[in-house]
Formats: sequence, structure tokens, C-alpha cells
Amino acid sequence: MSGEPILLTDRPPSAKALLLNGIFAENPVFRLALSLCPAVAVTTTVANGIMLGVAVLFVQVASSVTVALTRQWIHPRVRIPIYTIIIAVWVSTIDMVLAGFYPALYAQVGLYVKLIVAFAIIISRLEVFASRMPLIPTFWDGLGMGLGFLFALVVIGAFRELLGSGAILGHAITAEKPLLFFALPAGGFFSIALLMAFFNFVEARMLKARAAAGRPGAPAAQAASGGAHG
Amino acid sequence: MARRLAALLAVGVLLTAGPGSATAADLIRGARVLAPDHVRLTLAAPISNVAPANFRFTEARAPDVPIEVRSVEAQPGNRVLLTVDAKLDPAAAYRIEIADPPAARDVRPAPWALLLTIILSAALINNFVFTRYLGLCIFFGVSKRRDTAVGMGITFTLVMIFSAVLSWALYTLVMTPLKLKFLQIIVFIGIVAFLVQALDTILKKTHRSLHQRFGVYLVLITTNCIILAVPLLNAAANAGAGESLALAVGSGVGFALALFLMSCARERVELARVPKSFEGLPIAFALAGLFALAFMGFSGLNFMR
Repeated sequence: MSGEPILLTDRPPSAKALLLNGIFAENPVFRLALSLCPAVAVTTTVANGIMLGVAVLFVQVASSVTVALTRQWIHPRVRIPIYTIIIAVWVSTIDMVLAGFYPALYAQVGLYVKLIVAFAIIISRLEVFASRMPLIPTFWDGLGMGLGFLFALVVIGAFRELLGSGAILGHAITAEKPLLFFALPAGGFFSIALLMAFFNFVEARMLKARAAAGRPGAPAAQAASGGAHG
Repeated sequence: MARRLAALLAVGVLLTAGPGSATAADLIRGARVLAPDHVRLTLAAPISNVAPANFRFTEARAPDVPIEVRSVEAQPGNRVLLTVDAKLDPAAAYRIEIADPPAARDVRPAPWALLLTIILSAALINNFVFTRYLGLCIFFGVSKRRDTAVGMGITFTLVMIFSAVLSWALYTLVMTPLKLKFLQIIVFIGIVAFLVQALDTILKKTHRSLHQRFGVYLVLITTNCIILAVPLLNAAANAGAGESLALAVGSGVGFALALFLMSCARERVELARVPKSFEGLPIAFALAGLFALAFMGFSGLNFMR
């Protein structure tokens, strides 16, 4: 787990701050660079990205809440195995639900749904946040992180589907296929490289503008830029 | 008309003789699939009837759907070369039946060839990092320096082999008979966690210097998706012990290879002038994309000719 220590204040932050933190400042994919495997693997189309994003959102919220509710009975020394088991139970649940209700989509992303259990982002949120914060902020943090992941998958999926097959959600936008390369395996890596560089660029511009206006950069943004190189 | 009669006769003979009877198995000494659409039979005795209708070729998975035999050519040394109307997969299992004289034999690749195919396919053609995008967190995390990459590659391959064998044994011998397959995710991640913890403790007590060198990587392995993907893939394919082991070896070697290549490239990029926005991870992703493009070249690799 290469994530930086995040938000280690005594007072639990507000719901809105937590949600925005998960989606932008500490976006799991673009900023923390955690759980990248599915971000490259399933994002050839937006639909695949949404399916896996929803699965991760569910597992993140459910395991965060479970840990927040049960942590008084979990001995600190065995916490990591216990967290893993909790995540595995919720992953099994969503895996069976998706396999039962969306067999066609599941056939494409099934392996990656099962592999949610090994995602660094989920267990790192349990360790960093859910194991020491009260129930309600934990819920919002889980929701924020899950939405951030969903957001990243949809952005990458839209980028690749548009460039690779000229469509969004299966609806053709252009007649020809502009850059087939982005639908290929290698295209996934390049898409993420370009999007990450874009996010870095935007952030650098914002920090510069803020410094020019005479205000210091927000501490959250600085911590996040450190994490992006980890 | 004659052909139809022969076909009718063939079916009749097959029904009476039945595939795989004692005398039938002895006539065909050997059978090999030669890609893309040839099958070569080695017979014990010369055969007089080499009409295509005399031969029935099926896939082992679909024994009722014959693949049409287009032509049959007798070759020196009691060999017969069949040309069929389908693209054959040298790694798959087929069945050849001869009507006159009655004979039948399964056509399947030699076990060592199959295992070698699985290993090389997992390591190169379907490299877990570059074409299946698994284990990326660890991949980008430890590929900054060459010596850490080598250490991680070795540790990972060894743990992978242990965990795949253990998972296979538990899945085949315990979970399948007890109908507990739905617990596979929980059981497999438990095996990995247990194995990593056990190896860590044992190494710390017995080989202190080894533990100092490789202990860090051991802990990281738990968050590597490949270590979980291999048992899951094996379980989904109902793989045997040998195939499971081969997939584990192949994926481990493939991951180590990917790590090593990437660390060499990244050590050079450190010295290069990279645009500010691309520094760090973005340029590493672009590098991985270039490697993935290069690995696409392996997709034409086929050594079961």
C-alpha cells in the first residue's frame, strides 16, 4: 500500500468535503494511483467501466461500514486478515449478484470483479479511515472513494470508446473508427498516461493561479500530488 | 452414390465395432494435429481404403458434429495425411475414427507440449501485466530500480507456485466434492494471506539474511491481483495439477520479466528530460504502453506445429 497518510485530523470532516476528496483531490486512480489493474483492463467501453465502478462502490461502502461497526471487537494485531475476509465476503456477494442479473456484461469483466478483493484502495481506506473514524463519516468516505473510482473508470472508458470505436455507450457518434489503437491493450496504458498528465497539468495551473492571487495552495492538493508519484 | 454407400457402411461398421475397442486402438499408432488443417496418422499396417468418407474426425467436446475430411493422402512409412475443413487448434483434443478396418484414437497433444504451451503463453503471449493488465499496483510500485525488481520477481514467482498448488489441491479435493465452490474468493485470498504470513515467520527464524533481502516483497504480494487471478483462472478452467502448476510458473516468470524490462527502461527515463506534467507515473504508463505494443508481436507465436 503506497498511499500517503491522508486526512489524519481528530475531527471528522464534513460529508461534502469527504465526497469531493474522494472524487477529485484523492481520486483513487488519477491521484493515489491505486487499483490500476481494472482501470486499464475493463475500460474499453463505458458500460464495462460503469459495471466495475458500481461493484467497487458497493464493496467499498459495505466493507467500510462493516469495519466501522465491528472494529471494537477486532484485535489490532489481526486486523489485516479480518479486513481481507470482510472484503472477500462482500466481493463474493456482488460477484454472485452480477453474475445472476447481468450475465452478458459479467462474461467480459467477471474475473476483474472477483479481483476487487485484492484492490489496494479498499483495504487502504479501511486501514486509514474506517478503522479510526465514526460510522457516518466512514460511510461518506467510502461513498466518495467509490464514486471517485467510478468517475475515473467512466472518464477513461469514454475516452477509449470514443477514440477507439467512435461511440459512447454503444451509440455510434462518428461513422469511422478514428484511432483503433485506443481499443487495443496497449491503448489503455497510453490513455491513462495522457489523462494523468492532463490532471497534473490542470492542477499545476490551478496552484499557479492560486499563488498568483496571493493565497497558499490547499494542503490537500499538495498531499495528493505527492501521492500521485508514489 | 458410391460415396454415400461408403458413408452408410462406415456408420454401420462404427455402430457395430464401437469406438475404442481393443483391436481398434492398435491400428492407429499415433495421431498428430499439424496446424492449421492437417492431421497425420501413423498406422501399424498399410490401409487400402483412403477415401475421405472412410475417416470420421470430431472434436472431443462435440463428438456428434463431424469435421469434414476433404482429402486423404497416403504417405510413405504407413502414414496418412488428412486435410480437414476446419482450422484446428493443436492444443485441443480431437478424435479420429476409421471405418474400414475399424479403428479409433484420441488425438491430443503430448502432455509436455501442452505444459510448455501454457507456460510460454502465460509468460509471453498473454503476459499478465501487458495484455491482461493484472498486478499493476505492484508493477508500477517496485519497477523503479533494477535490484528491487529482481527481488520482487523471484519472491513472487516462488510464492505464486506454492499458492497455486495449494489452491488447486484445496479446490479439487475439498471444495468441489463438498459443493463449496462459491467460497472460492474467500478461500483463495485466505490461502495467499496464510502463505505470506507463514513464509515471513519461517524465513525470519531460519534464514535471516534471506528475510532481510526479500521480506519486504513478501508483504506486498498480498495486494498483487495476479496471485489471486491464477487460482481463479485455474478453477474456472477446471485445470489439472500439471496445468495449474504450469500457469503459475508461466505467470510468475512473465511478471518477473515484465518487472525487469520495465525497471531497466525506468532507470533510463530518470535521466531523460520529461515534460513536467508527465513526470512520475504518467511517463511510466506510456512506457508500459510501448512494452504492451511490443508484446503484441508475440501473439503470432506458435510452436506446436
